[in-house]
Amino acid sequence: MNVDAKKMHQIEIQEYQNLVDGIKPKPDILKNCIWAFLVGGMICGLAQLMVNYLLALGMSRIDAGSAVSCIMIFLAAFFTGIGIYDELGKRAGAGSIVPITGFANAIVASAMEYKREGYIFGVGARIFSVAGPTLVFGFAVAVLVGLIKVFLSS
Amino acid sequence: MTPLYMAFLGGGVLCLIGQLIMDLTKANITPGHILVGYISTGAVLSGLGLYQPLVDAVGAGATIPLSGFGHLLVQGTLRAVESDGLLGAFSGGVEAAAAGITCAIVFGYVAAVLFNPKD
Repeated sequence: MNVDAKKMHQIEIQEYQNLVDGIKPKPDILKNCIWAFLVGGMICGLAQLMVNYLLALGMSRIDAGSAVSCIMIFLAAFFTGIGIYDELGKRAGAGSIVPITGFANAIVASAMEYKREGYIFGVGARIFSVAGPTLVFGFAVAVLVGLIKVFLSS
Repeated sequence: MTPLYMAFLGGGVLCLIGQLIMDLTKANITPGHILVGYISTGAVLSGLGLYQPLVDAVGAGATIPLSGFGHLLVQGTLRAVESDGLLGAFSGGVEAAAAGITCAIVFGYVAAVLFNPKD
């Protein structure tokens, strides 16, 4: 009796799962990929346009790269603030996450949500809820590579 | 100078890979995971000397994706190790990325204070 009830329950779960799988929209992978490619490509193309302009003005390659990163971060922070970047992100997916503008977007979007907790421990702390882990792992690998080089060259 | 179409192609392909990771894996990959994954992968490839050729080929197409930020950290560290030795392993990364990190914090804070989330 108990075993039968269990069996019935299992079958119900299976049927329910089949029903859900039938109704749930499949992620449109091809469309997502085209959007990600186009938006990500355009963001990098725009950055290259600025880099080329600054190089033509006689800036060094390293300085031009830093300056353009700052401009892209500024633009992303602004467009996240006025709500446009997240609209774009709904379609572009990784195309708006992977570039450095996505890093700036993650900072502003998470900080904005926590304004009611105050400007110091709300906004000030939440800035790092996504940026923190990103920087931690970036620096961890960089220091590790640096130490390896120190030991290899000594 | 890198032509625009190369930056477009390089950046587009790197973002496409990120989209495939998000769509094809069963685990719940959040934007945070993508950012951490890209900066770490970029830093490791840079340490192995594999990222610089990509930067040479596609310019901003490789430096603007977050993997390029990892590359920047590692190259800064390696340069500092060459000139300052052990201390450089700890100072070089921030030095190279100083402008980007400071901009992200300052502009990010100001934007979060000035604007309110849309709902």
